[in-house]
Amino acid sequence: MLKINGKPADAAGLTVAEYLARENFDARKVAVEINEEIVPKKNFAEVVLRDGDIVEIIGLMGGG
Amino acid sequence: MLTGFDQKKIFAGKVLIVGAGGLGSPAAMYLAAAGVGMLGIVDGDRVDISNLQRQILHATDDINRPKVFSARDTLTALNPEVEVITYAERATADNLADIVRDRNFDIVLDCTDSFAAKFLINDVCVALGKPFVHAGVEGYGGQLMTCLPRRSACLRCVFEEPPSIQTRAEIFNVVAGVIGTLQAAEALKFLLDVGELLTNQMLTFDALTSTFRRIKFARNKICAACKEVT
Repeated sequence: MLKINGKPADAAGLTVAEYLARENFDARKVAVEINEEIVPKKNFAEVVLRDGDIVEIIGLMGGG
Repeated sequence: MLTGFDQKKIFAGKVLIVGAGGLGSPAAMYLAAAGVGMLGIVDGDRVDISNLQRQILHATDDINRPKVFSARDTLTALNPEVEVITYAERATADNLADIVRDRNFDIVLDCTDSFAAKFLINDVCVALGKPFVHAGVEGYGGQLMTCLPRRSACLRCVFEEPPSIQTRAEIFNVVAGVIGTLQAAEALKFLLDVGELLTNQMLTFDALTSTFRRIKFARNKICAACKEVT
């Protein structure tokens, strides 16, 4: 188990890109942080989520 | 004015608000009511009837007027001691640095409604070393983050570049009120030099669940905007 946006999630073993696709996040407008480190967008397809990771996905909001 | 707080510091304050819309309206009104001495307002749009559900600086009689003039009238009616400087133009790469320097504003509030404008404000403020408060709203959600350039994370540290997509148009009106008011709180705390600013973190609000979350991060050493030039 890992924690994504404060909630338990079953996503260990998936890459960041796979998880975003599965959950219908638009990868172009999100930042992903694992254990308080921002994951560069170019690494989304390679970085693998692991048990115990604390993950935050922040969608940039453009309205005002 | 804010009785019980350091009114001199508030009155000496100069805040630039880029965008007189859903975020800029509550931000400007609370700052004017607090007695901030100078408010700069940047906006190139005219008031449209569809704006009125959240852009509370403007009223039905203001439809078709330039937003900056409607804003100035509302703010000076609220507090005639506030000097309102109007910039009736869209913020661009050609004019924004000059506008920020025009009156040497202390802090900039990003109350714009596009990804491109938000990154423009980020880049200009980082280049000038000018503190700013990023904010955005979409649907039922909102977010804000304060940046002290080269001391705390900027928008590019986290999001790298503007998403190549349009922002969602629908905004649950009160979310802009919540987030714009929090931008005013950041500006007042900065002017008063009290408390902890929302640096190195994004505060997010979800109106559907009435939940605030705080996501912490650090500066990105290879950030295209704020990495140290050596």
